[in-house]
Amino acid sequence: MTFADIRTRLASPTTPDGPAYWRSLDELANTEEFQNFVAREFPSQASEFNDPAGRRQFLKLMGASLALAGVSACTRQPEEMIVPYVRQPEDVIPGRPMFFATSMTAGGFGMPLLAENHLGRPTKLEGNPDHPASLGATDVFGQAAVLSLYDPDRSRTLRYRGDTKTWAGFTAALQAALNTQRSLDGAGLRILTEPITSPTLIEQLHRILTDLPEAKWHQWDAVYGTVQAGGPAATPLYHFKNADVVVSLDADFLGFGPSAVRYTKDFSSRRRIGTPADQQNRLYVVEPVPTLTGAKAAHRVAVKARDVHGVASALATAVGVSAPESGALSEAIQKVLPVMAQDLMDHRGRSVVVAGPHQPAAVHALARAMNEALGNVGSTVIYTAPVAAGPADGAASLSSLVEDMNASKVDVLLVLGGNPVFTTPADIGFSEALGKVGTRIHLGLYYDETAELCDWHVPEAHFLESWGDARAFDGTVSLQQPLIAPLYDGRQAVELLSALNGAPGRTPAELVKDYWTRAFTSGDFTDPAGAPFATVEAFWRSVLHDGFIASTSLLRDGAEVPMAPANDAFDAPPASATGLEVVFRPDPTVLDGRYANNGWLQELPKPLSKLTWDNAVYVSFTTAEQNHLKNEDVIEITLGGRTVKMPVWVMPGTADDVLVVHFGYGRRKAGRVGSNIGANPFVIRTAQAPWFESGASMVRTGETHTLASTQTHFAMEGRNSVRIVDAVDYQADPAIVKHMGHKPADNLTLYPPREYNGNKWGMAIDLNACTGCSVCIAACVAENNIPVVGKDQVKRSREMHWIRVDTYFEGDPAEPSGTYHQPLPCQQCEDAPCEVVCPVAATVHSDEGLNDMVYNRCVGTRYCSNNCPYKVRRFNFMLYSDFTTPELKAQRNPDVTIRSRGVMEKCTYCVQRINHARIDAKTGERPIADGEIQTACQQACPADAIVFGDLNSPDSQVSKLAAQDRNYGLLEDLGTRPRTTYLAVVRNPNPALPSETSSGNKASGH
Amino acid sequence: MSQIFPKSANAAVRSSLFAVMALTLFAGWGVFTLMRSSWLTKQSEFVDQPIQFSHAHHVGGVGLDCRYCHTSVEKSSFAGIPPTKTCINCHSQIWTNAPILEPVRASFRNDTPLSWVRVNDLPDFVYFSHQIHVKQGVGCATCHGPVDKMPLTYQATSLQMEWCLDCHRAPEKFLRPRSEVFNMAYEAPADQLELGLRLKKEYNVAGIAHMTSCSVCHR
Repeated sequence: MTFADIRTRLASPTTPDGPAYWRSLDELANTEEFQNFVAREFPSQASEFNDPAGRRQFLKLMGASLALAGVSACTRQPEEMIVPYVRQPEDVIPGRPMFFATSMTAGGFGMPLLAENHLGRPTKLEGNPDHPASLGATDVFGQAAVLSLYDPDRSRTLRYRGDTKTWAGFTAALQAALNTQRSLDGAGLRILTEPITSPTLIEQLHRILTDLPEAKWHQWDAVYGTVQAGGPAATPLYHFKNADVVVSLDADFLGFGPSAVRYTKDFSSRRRIGTPADQQNRLYVVEPVPTLTGAKAAHRVAVKARDVHGVASALATAVGVSAPESGALSEAIQKVLPVMAQDLMDHRGRSVVVAGPHQPAAVHALARAMNEALGNVGSTVIYTAPVAAGPADGAASLSSLVEDMNASKVDVLLVLGGNPVFTTPADIGFSEALGKVGTRIHLGLYYDETAELCDWHVPEAHFLESWGDARAFDGTVSLQQPLIAPLYDGRQAVELLSALNGAPGRTPAELVKDYWTRAFTSGDFTDPAGAPFATVEAFWRSVLHDGFIASTSLLRDGAEVPMAPANDAFDAPPASATGLEVVFRPDPTVLDGRYANNGWLQELPKPLSKLTWDNAVYVSFTTAEQNHLKNEDVIEITLGGRTVKMPVWVMPGTADDVLVVHFGYGRRKAGRVGSNIGANPFVIRTAQAPWFESGASMVRTGETHTLASTQTHFAMEGRNSVRIVDAVDYQADPAIVKHMGHKPADNLTLYPPREYNGNKWGMAIDLNACTGCSVCIAACVAENNIPVVGKDQVKRSREMHWIRVDTYFEGDPAEPSGTYHQPLPCQQCEDAPCEVVCPVAATVHSDEGLNDMVYNRCVGTRYCSNNCPYKVRRFNFMLYSDFTTPELKAQRNPDVTIRSRGVMEKCTYCVQRINHARIDAKTGERPIADGEIQTACQQACPADAIVFGDLNSPDSQVSKLAAQDRNYGLLEDLGTRPRTTYLAVVRNPNPALPSETSSGNKASGH
Repeated sequence: MSQIFPKSANAAVRSSLFAVMALTLFAGWGVFTLMRSSWLTKQSEFVDQPIQFSHAHHVGGVGLDCRYCHTSVEKSSFAGIPPTKTCINCHSQIWTNAPILEPVRASFRNDTPLSWVRVNDLPDFVYFSHQIHVKQGVGCATCHGPVDKMPLTYQATSLQMEWCLDCHRAPEKFLRPRSEVFNMAYEAPADQLELGLRLKKEYNVAGIAHMTSCSVCHR
């Protein structure tokens, strides 16, 4: 690929097959390599067997395999044991999962979950449908967390300087250290935690701080609790359901943070339009980095992170706030800004301005002033006091801790969770200062970089093994209950703090229940219906069952939320800086490295770039062109005298002269999956500027580093699979989507028509709602026992994900005018090309319309995959499934076969869930209700973009979506009659800002 | 130069052709027979269990209902193997000192589960559900055989796919009224086909197209 190729191609739009939408720059350039890549079913495998000697050998081996294949059926089954309970718990029905409400934490905030438990083994996590922070969906971390529970690399033993010790020995040592501290009022005691919202933990910490007034509590989290140049005083909570116009100032509210699930639910409810007349919301985004939120924008402008403040100032002035001068603005901003301001003023009380968590307090203050001026406060946004306890600015808190450590004031340092040695900013020098601490104690899931430098290491219990509590982002108190006894004798922070408080023997269950028993008597909690609880026991049982206390949500209808005062100064925006700006972002799948050892998250293609197993520097097309950079070139970035070497990824939509650096990689002690991969940009991050900093420089090192991106994998020959129209065009001609492609008549087939007398399953995916967050992939992996294949295999296009999310860009790569996502599972075609070519009938049509895949029949010819126009079939080239690691066996879904080598597999519409629902419906002598069966991807989707159901029932949700004007079949001109259909994207640009690419017919090529 | 092969070689070649054919057929028959042999299917084979538990005594003699021990048969894919507690319900009162029951008492005393060998073991890619079969009128004895007459439990049928399909293709041959499902003494009436067809309709049993769809059992 060269930039010249792309430019030439863009310059001649008359190219007959010129794509209006493209997935990668290679595709856009349409180089010979790319054509080659597309022409091959699996690009890196031998398409033909050319080596003559190898061919003979191959035929011999195949002959022998064929001859012996039948014999392999003649093995006696090995003996299997059944181990019943001694005393069976009352509610347990073997063979049926049980579900328990619990929650995990992200930045201290509770992420509500329902855990599926098979005979004591948690196997799958779903969102808690009743909880306001989830409404049934999760993010990718919620889906992948169950794998971390069974991670064989988790720390298993309590250690003192590398030697195995007992808990009793540890508590004795802790007491001894504490006795010394008592006489000093705790002057030498420091506790370093991650951000905390847990009421029980906070109470324990406060008790310690009361008893030992000189002791100090610090917080650090590289991802969540870190702000640039002072944190905002109040926390905004948004009601995106009520917002007609949304302006995001570097806020990725759909893609990042513990509120993303709920916000996506609300936001997408304004995108799932039913008729052409339905009004959508309109989103403007100003941001330096392409994000999921930016991808949903009607108008998006890429600016440097530093310049967002100026844009906020100018916008505030335009909507009537007396804000400081903004300085010079870019041409693109000047074009959009007045229109954006007018749109906001036209929607007073129905609009909202959202400031991003990576922006300084002044931008938040401006956003709040705008919302107040526009009358949005109370309807689309409320401002509360921060939900998390403790210092708002983790970096400042950490800096003061390190100062004390360097001054040798710290005798005992307790690190409760987190991996500060790896994640703290380089300029603070945490690891060096750690050496000056008397006794260093670490509680963590892994024996990681921090554990290595501490005296004591206590293995932490995973949240699925823990009792606890946390507040969700909206304040809702969410309970945590263990799904399994600690696998590796892990301990919890509450146990450790209880030991500090002089009660080492108390169990976490007692401690948490005790806190809430006391809180119940002093609080006035009500159940979800609004009625008070009769007794403490009734309260406890009810909240444990529900997983949360409903009356504590600040987002519930009718909640009266005390408004936090606005006392942040606007500040004058910084003058624009020339030169390169480094923007730091947590990695979208492994965050700051905490999920580095989670294979599911490593292999999950990162939204937009589709990179796996690596981090990279995103640069814009223009910046790359100017600096002669191309994908995979390794550059050395220098910032404030510190350097890091990272590979480049040309990411359309990045602001020019910005280097977007994702941290979280470069771990040394993550485990067998996550150690020693990628680069570690924490070495150039500083406490003053944790999110962006100007004045960087870069040089090409001349090296290259191979990146495994799935962006070009399974490309469908540039057939323009997404259909996109503008709202005005759709309203003028509702049939416009149908006219964008040619749908052959149903009877144009040589095969006899099939009849479906019972259910006829189908799926509809709303591309207008989909945000591309990729949780569907993670959910599918967890539900269907999909193996992890590793970077080397991903490079060969052999990732096993049954559903992929294709991302299409539109327009000039230097300034793409649109980004669209298309989740792509098996389309379950009516006239499926795969079925007719299978020589052993291993893929056949079921009477309910599914393309069944029969693993035990498959002999691995791969004809089906070769014949699939959607490229959704996945082949086990090797023994990808782990059949040996005992810990991982417990994680598997017992309702789905674990596939072996040489077998084809693909999306089954979660047939195990269909079968369960069918059997239950038949046992209850009733039909299967609409919505009773949710596929894993559908259940996890926060945008409610995926709907599954019975196409035979006209009242089902999926039938209604199938009947919509927006509905179309992917590549339907091939006559495959897919059962999974799509709902077209309807863009909603401001009429005052005509989009550069006209809507509709251009895309189809017809 | 004389001929290398005498004329009689022709006969030898011809007969060897037949011999090859016969050998191939024989080998085919051999494989075919082996695949269906009880050695491979483990049909009618007794297995060593931690306790010589007799269904003949408990079901045939004492008259326990299947569901007293196999409690989840109506609500789950798995019929359930009783916990030690179920044994102790009675055996804390009767045969309390019988040496043969020592493993049961030990299990209960030490809280260590008993480990039974699975007798009716389907391959791992088959997902069978007791719940639906019992609901649709398939008797226990239809698949498990005369359990009430088994002093030691054995697998009564081949459990091969063709055996499953025998019923999935024509369930009317085997269906019985729901009330008779757990009745070990039930005998099929002379007009089984007529009854089966009536029950099939009444119980809303799916048609052959559904019952032979792969994903009904494999997934």
